[in-house]
Amino acid sequence: MAQENSEIRYLNPPAVELRKKKYCRFKKAGIKYVDYKDAEFLKKFLNEQGKILPRRITGTSLKFQRKVAQAVKRARSLALLPYVTDLLK
Amino acid sequence: MLKHYETVFIATPVLSEAQMKEAVEKYTKLIADNGGEVVNEENWGLRQLAYPIEHKTTGFYYLIEFKATPEFVSTLETQYHRDERIIRFLTVALDKDAVAYAEKRRAGRAAKAAAPAVEEAPVEKEEIAEEEIPEIESND
Repeated sequence: MAQENSEIRYLNPPAVELRKKKYCRFKKAGIKYVDYKDAEFLKKFLNEQGKILPRRITGTSLKFQRKVAQAVKRARSLALLPYVTDLLK
Repeated sequence: MLKHYETVFIATPVLSEAQMKEAVEKYTKLIADNGGEVVNEENWGLRQLAYPIEHKTTGFYYLIEFKATPEFVSTLETQYHRDERIIRFLTVALDKDAVAYAEKRRAGRAAKAAAPAVEEAPVEKEEIAEEEIPEIESND
């Protein structure tokens, strides 16, 4: 049994965990303006503490990361988003 | 040369409906008197603040989209500073993408007003809202 298993594994080498390629959602969806008024949307770019997630995690392009950051900061100053928190979402 | 701006202010929740209206009127009049032009107004009503401002946890949000000369913005902001009813404000210049977005949003809100009982959230962004960001692990 164990041998069989190992043989099967040999025939189909264990898939090296395929990662989905990250993409910039703004480019993909053709969004040109990041709205600071839409707090629910901006929450996708924040972690639970309300910090802005890095590009390396969200896959956002640099151009839009800058816009997201700007929008988040505007939303924070209008108290649409918190500056610091626990368990956002 | 008029530029496109958008301003949001938060008024104290202690105001009555009439007082709020008066405050809004003051600012729309100020814009008009200084050679500006109000493009759009949105009343977001009483909203919960994400954090307390001046010991208040709620506030009346009001948005005015307008065209004015760049010099006017500082006049407007001085007025905001002097006004005790206003607890927070933000004025933003709109670039061409932002103007296009604002128009779309206006159209969306107009449609919503015509056919009520549809939940908030701008139409355009709703589709994207459904898909997940790939691989979000917050590790900090």
